[in-house]
Formats: sequence, C-alpha cells, structure tokens
Amino acid sequence: MFTQDGIVTKEMFESSLPSPQRRRKGPYAVMECYQKIPCNPCRTSCKFGALQATDDLNALPVRDAEKCTGCGACVSACPGLACFIIDETYSEWEAAIRIPYEMLPLPKEGEKVDGLNRAGVPVAEVRVLKVQAGKILDKTNVVTIAVPKKYLYDIRNIAVRRKEHG
Amino acid sequence: MLFSDLVVIGGGPAGMSAALAAAGHGIKVTLLERMESLGGQLVKQTHRFFGSESEYAGTRGIRIADILREKVESNRLIDCRRGSTALGIYEDGVVTFEEGTQYKKVNMDRLVVATGASEKMLVFEGNDLPGVYGAGAVQTLMNLYGVLPGRKVLMVGAGNIGLIVTYQLLQAGVRVAAIVDAADHIGGYLVHASKVRRCGVPVLLGTTIRAALGTTEVEGAVIQKLDSHFHPIPGTEQRLDVDTVCLSVGLSPLTELLRLAGCKMRYIPALGGFVPVHNSYMQTSRSDIFVAGDASCVEEASSAMMEGAIAGLSAAISLHVPSAGILEQRERRIRELAALRAGDVGAKIRNGLAVMAD
Ligand SMILES: Cc1cc2nc3c(=O)[nH]c(=O)nc-3n(C[C@H](O)[C@H](O)[C@H](O)COP(=O)(O)OP(=O)(O)OC[C@H]3O[C@@H](n4cnc5c(N)ncnc54)[C@H](O)[C@@H]3O)c2cc1C
Ligand code: SF4
Ligand code: SF4
Repeated sequence: MFTQDGIVTKEMFESSLPSPQRRRKGPYAVMECYQKIPCNPCRTSCKFGALQATDDLNALPVRDAEKCTGCGACVSACPGLACFIIDETYSEWEAAIRIPYEMLPLPKEGEKVDGLNRAGVPVAEVRVLKVQAGKILDKTNVVTIAVPKKYLYDIRNIAVRRKEHG
Repeated sequence: MLFSDLVVIGGGPAGMSAALAAAGHGIKVTLLERMESLGGQLVKQTHRFFGSESEYAGTRGIRIADILREKVESNRLIDCRRGSTALGIYEDGVVTFEEGTQYKKVNMDRLVVATGASEKMLVFEGNDLPGVYGAGAVQTLMNLYGVLPGRKVLMVGAGNIGLIVTYQLLQAGVRVAAIVDAADHIGGYLVHASKVRRCGVPVLLGTTIRAALGTTEVEGAVIQKLDSHFHPIPGTEQRLDVDTVCLSVGLSPLTELLRLAGCKMRYIPALGGFVPVHNSYMQTSRSDIFVAGDASCVEEASSAMMEGAIAGLSAAISLHVPSAGILEQRERRIRELAALRAGDVGAKIRNGLAVMAD
C-alpha cells in the first residue's frame, strides 16, 4: 500500500493520466503527489495556468492537461521530485520521460543507463536523450530518457553505469 | 550590563524571524546565538523545502538561512551576538549569557525563546558504539564538513528527517541498507518516501533495531519485527551488514530556559514532549516571555518562521509601540500559520494545540 511503501500504484498513476486524445498530442505533466501536504511550488512555477490556483496550501495539485504544454518548469521546482513529463509521441514504441535527477555523475546525452522502477530495481536499458543542468534549475537537473512504452508506469529513475567523475 | 527592548535567544529560522519582525517596527533587539553563525538547523539542509512559495518553499534550506542571515546582519536595530549561549533568565528581566570566555548580562523588557529542539535517543544494545549517530550529526558531518559518516548505513526512523537524511546519504554516495520504523505506516511525506524507494532503499515497517554489533565500532546491526503491541517477535531477528547506524527517532523541544523562568509547561506528545503552554500570540504563561519554532512545538521551518514573526510582533505590540498596521500584520501571520496546518499532515499539531488550549 502507498502509505506503507511509498510506491505509487498503477491505478493511481493511470487515474492521473490525461484523455487518450490528449496523450496522442504531445508532452504533458504528471504530478505523482497523492498526500495533502503544505506545498505549492508546482502551482507557482507553472506559467500556463495548468495547475488550478487555490488558497488551500494543502490541496493536491490538479493538472489541466489542455493547458499543460509539457514545458517542464514544474519538474525542477517540485521539492518532492514528484513531477514528471511524459511524451508518448516520441516514437512508436518509446515514450520520452523527463525525470528530476539530483545524483552524480550526470549521464551524458546518448548514453545507455539502467531504467529503475519505483522500488529501484533495474527493469530495462534506457537511452538518455537530453540532460538539462543549467543554473536556474539550481541542481535539480532534468534528464530525458527514452522508455519502452510498456514501462510507462514503471520507470522513474536511472542508474548511470559509470563510476563517479563522469 | 546591556539593555535591550527585546532579547531573542536562538538564531535559527524562528529566532531570526522574530528579530526581524520586531526590528521592523523600530524595536531594538539583542539576538543571542550559541553557534558562530546564524541559521540553526537550516544550515545543514541541502534539499528544497516544502511549504508555501511565499515562505521560501522550493528553495533549499541553506539558501533560506543565507537570505535571513543577510537581512538580520544588515539590520542596525539588531545586535547580533554569535558565540553567545544564554544561561539563565531571571524574574527581574535579566538574561545571563556566556560569550567566548566572558559571563555577561542583558536587561530586557521582552524575551523570545527560540532555542529549537534536541534529538531523541533510543535504547538498544551497543547504542554507545562509535558509528551510532543521530541524524543531526550525520547531516553536520556530510553537509557542513564534507565528511562521510560511513559506507553502509541502517536508518532508524521513517519520518521526514529519516527520509531526507537517507536521500542525502545516497547523494553523497553512501549506501543505505534499509530504513526501519516501529510504526505501521510511513510517518514522513510520501513524496520523500517515493524518492528513496526508487533509489532502491527498502522501508521496513513494524521493525526496530535490537542491537548494534561490534566491539570498538559498529560492524553490523540486528533488526527485528514487532507485533501490533510493539513487542519483538521471536525468531524474526535479521543481521544487516552495516558500519553505521543513524537514528532519527524524533526531537524534543529545548525548553530548560523556559522552565527555569517559571513558564508553565505541559507534556503533549503530539507537540514533541514537554512544551511551554502558549497562546496564539506565542505568549507563554509569563506575559513578558514569548516562544517560537521547535522550542514551542516540534514542527518545521515554515511554521518556525511564521511563529517567530508572530512572537516578534507580539513582543512589539506588548511594548505599546505605536506602529501602523502591526495588529493586521500579526493577524495575517496567524492566518497563514493556520492555513499551513490545515491539511492531513497538520492534524497532529492541530490536535496537540487543542490539548494545550484546554
Ligand atoms: C533533516 C531535516 C530536514 C528538515 N526538512 C524540513 C523541510 O523540508 N521543511 C521545513 O519546513 N522544515 C524542515 N526541517 C525542520 C526545520 O529545520 C526546523 O523545524 C527548524 O529549523 C526549527 O527552527 P528553530 O528556529 O525553531 O530551531 P533551530 O533551527 O534548531 O534553531 C535554534 C537555534 O538556537 C540556538 N540555541 C539553542 N540554545 C541556545 C542557547 N541557550 N543560547 C543561544 N542559542 C541557542 C541553536 O544553536 C540554534 O541555532 C527539517 C529538519 C531536519 C533536521
Ligand atoms: S509542464 Fe509546464 S505547463 Fe505543464 S504543469 Fe508543468 S509547468 Fe505547467
Ligand atoms: S510541488 Fe511537488 S510535492 Fe509540492 S504539491 Fe506540487 S507536486 Fe506535490
């Protein structure tokens, strides 16, 4: 159970996906944040009004997929590292997923890394498409990986195979 | 003897916010901080904070400490005394403190106590072995001095501090064998739990540490399952190959000074143990003494900053200094604090405060 192992279930994940039509249009954000905590940087970081404004600091974030451009501003702003960007239009059998990544070494573009599931177990080899590590991200770097679509729910982390000083 | 309208003890987020709020209304403040630099717990926190964006959420703790420190140090009304440990509070309004090798006194009209909290210890065999640390010490070693506490760690406690320190250990390249917690659910924020889970760290609930093994240092640990009455279940002992045990089993408010001053105390577990009874203005049973932050109830930095501001404003108000908008400002802070605690995770604090108001 989620409150016992901290692992977002497949049902929870699927319930926060946009409509099938929207999913075919391009990148969208998913907020894997299912507990009412006093927190709002995702809401204040979104420039497109995709996250409902509310006075309740404890409200769960609700993303309006029609307004969400998949820009990714929320990914590095979220202190819970709970915002991800999914682009199912990347290729026929792969989705591009943007994940927040605060570990070293950073992967390189094009590098093959282990795709880890929600319990940290490697489940597939994934390709790094892009690494964003600019100053404004303030060390919450954002790594885009190409993930086989059948692992859309599973893969949420990566392990770089090289040792430090990469 | 020094004289000051307001003395603030503790230069963490609560104390700094109290000093700034009062100085903002023309009050002369003396701020006593026992460490050589201001910031309290914040200086060890490399992760982004939760809370409201207006209260620096999304900003890393160390950055918040810098922002507050700059404001305090550049404020001419605040006499900021670092390396100064408050020792006593007397009925006639004298606060004594040790500064370097000198014993000094300051005469105050109002006092804000924002001394924070201290870590709780856990009783188990071998808990005195080198290699058994509190989470605060692990954070100090890693994040302040850049020293790794060990290579493989057992974390005891799945509250926010246990989860966050686990994550920081992983970032430093240390392996964490497991997080154990006696409770049947994860006490910390689940987003933090998800974060360490996807790095492969198991969270073992209904489980405790029975022993740290080794003769001169930690060479392993024994964990054991607990039944629903928290009794160890025989035969479920498991040995873990670790060289470090990190305890994050809660904090208790540091309130000796308040006790000494004769402030009414009450034991309220939801607030962290013995806490000074106080009202929504952060005023204790002694009308000239206010309290803020973890010393009033163990919570978090966002609430500590709000409480600090409320305490500083209340002290200013009680000094009858006419200052425009001060009452409204305090009301606004009180409303913000209530909003912060309005959710599921704030229920414990709300209940604790309700007990206190009884
Ligand atoms: C690992 C960890 C993670 C955390 N994460 C978060 C988070 O994400 N969000 C959040 O909001 N909060 C978080 N917190 C909590 C937050 O750091 C504390 O609640 C907050 O620092 C409390 O502020 P304070 O000013 O009351 O106490 P402190 O920060 O503890 O400051 C108290 C100060 O008083 C000084 N002092 C004590 N006694 C004396 C004396 N006799 N004389 C002079 N000075 C004295 C101390 O040296 C210290 O500087 C976290 C805490 C930890 C440990
Ligand atoms: S991806 Fe961009 S548009 Fe979508 S919710 Fe996040 S910040 Fe808003
Ligand atoms: S910023 Fe992240 S942790 Fe905070 S409410 Fe938004 S999704 Fe949840």
